[in-house]
Amino acid sequence: MNSTHSGGENNALELRIDRKTYVNADGVAVDVIRGLQLRLGAGEFGALIGPSGCGKTTVLRIVAGLDTAFDGECRWPGERRLGVVFQEPCLLPWRTVDDNIRLVLPPDRAKADLTDLIGTLGLASHRAHYPGELSLGLARRVAIARAFAINPDLLLLDEPFVSLDEAVAARLREELKALTGSRNVTTLMVTHDLDEAVQLADHLFFLSDRPARVVLEHRLTVARALRTDAFVRATTDELRAALSRLDR
Amino acid sequence: MLARVLSLSALIAIWFVAAAVAHSRLLPGPLAVAGGLLADIRSGELPFELGCTLARVVAAFAIALVLGSIIGFLMGRSNRFNRYADPWLIILINLPALVTIIFAYMWIGLNETAAILAVALNKLPNMAVVMREGARALDPRLDDMASAFRLPVMTRIRHVLVPQLAPYLAAGARSGLSIIWKIVLVVELIGRPNGVGFVMGTAFSLFDMTKLLSYAISFIVIMLVIEHLVVQPLEQHAFRWRKQRA
Ligand SMILES: Nc1ncnc2c1ncn2[C@@H]1O[C@H](COP(=O)(O)OP(=O)(O)OP(=O)(O)O)[C@@H](O)[C@H]1O
Ligand SMILES: [Mg+2]
Repeated sequence: MNSTHSGGENNALELRIDRKTYVNADGVAVDVIRGLQLRLGAGEFGALIGPSGCGKTTVLRIVAGLDTAFDGECRWPGERRLGVVFQEPCLLPWRTVDDNIRLVLPPDRAKADLTDLIGTLGLASHRAHYPGELSLGLARRVAIARAFAINPDLLLLDEPFVSLDEAVAARLREELKALTGSRNVTTLMVTHDLDEAVQLADHLFFLSDRPARVVLEHRLTVARALRTDAFVRATTDELRAALSRLDR
Repeated sequence: MLARVLSLSALIAIWFVAAAVAHSRLLPGPLAVAGGLLADIRSGELPFELGCTLARVVAAFAIALVLGSIIGFLMGRSNRFNRYADPWLIILINLPALVTIIFAYMWIGLNETAAILAVALNKLPNMAVVMREGARALDPRLDDMASAFRLPVMTRIRHVLVPQLAPYLAAGARSGLSIIWKIVLVVELIGRPNGVGFVMGTAFSLFDMTKLLSYAISFIVIMLVIEHLVVQPLEQHAFRWRKQRA
């Protein structure tokens, strides 16, 4: 194994995974990622799109520094703050919504006023509730609030809106737009929803089946506020066409 | 509550009648026992002996809880350590309490250290087994969360680790307390010059049934008081978040 995790420039994220293997149940090493590279500029919003089980969560875990057993290199300012929204909400059941969010605050923000953030995410009336009392949608919002509360420089989101009903997901996407738009945060979001990626991201990375690598990269230059439904439809059609040309 | 009061009253009534009918030294009535109890409390004998026993229970319990938890936790986290420690655990679990007690007295001597160690050693493996389960059941996703957000070590222990282990700790402590109470009496009976077990041994050789009964009753009362005033409130406080679940 030869992995490095070191400081890069500004908030830019540079990732190169030459090889990542898992040992499966039969004791055989299986390549999950092979020759994957991506770069996100400071303040950019990137989306990782790929088939189910291709290794998206693995990529995020490597970027977050939770998995260092890989060949390659990951660079982003290590001393900067990291916020993660995991595929499952990962809240502490024994702490209230408020206390779950406060738990991760660094000492200099321990007394921060979270009213605005909690209000934006529609959690105002749930602050004193325990996670066991929340629906999945609400728990997801708490996880998003927690990641934002620390004022992250790098934000990682793992399919944050999956299995929510569309109305709730649409609202949360708007909230995510507002939150990321108002701060200088570099974001990497995993999704398998192309529409969602085109609505939110500046930079799309399409992954192949296992072993995963980036098969197509696309930059969106139109400002997020100007991405109409028609634009989203046209862009996703174009991208789907490009992807099917790759298959051939 | 009412059912309990009724059932207890019935027990006392039966005892009352049986004692009157038997009219024997071997079955004193409730009033005679209550009289003996009061006398022993006034003379300070009963509080002293109960205090001795209680101190041993607390010491042995603390040792078994802390050491058992640490060993069990390590066994649950490290397969390697588990492979080495497991045979010891199996031997200790299957060793009869009496054997541990006699070994401890013979090797260490008839002293307090031996007494407390023997009791602790009886409970320790059981605690370790429970905590091993707890350590194995730790949620790795919460661990990831704690690492990703760079939680300081003390925060992790207090807010992520301990709450996950708390149900196991509580289960181990609860079963441990009831075992330890009983073993302490045996330890005192065999090799201590004071404590409830010692008094019962003396009363047995003198056929002093009144004393045996009054000590047994005060012993049970103390256990119930500890259960209701210490153990249950602690558990309720620690697990208050659970009740809220719909
Ligand atoms: N700890 C592990 N040990 C062995 N195999 C693993 C482990 N974690 C993941 N895998 C395997 O690696 C592959 C990639 O997993 P990963 O969770 O990164 O995929 P994903 O793209 O996030 O999937 P999904 O869309 O279902 O979230 C999967 O086939 C998975 O079964
Ligand atoms: Mg995943």
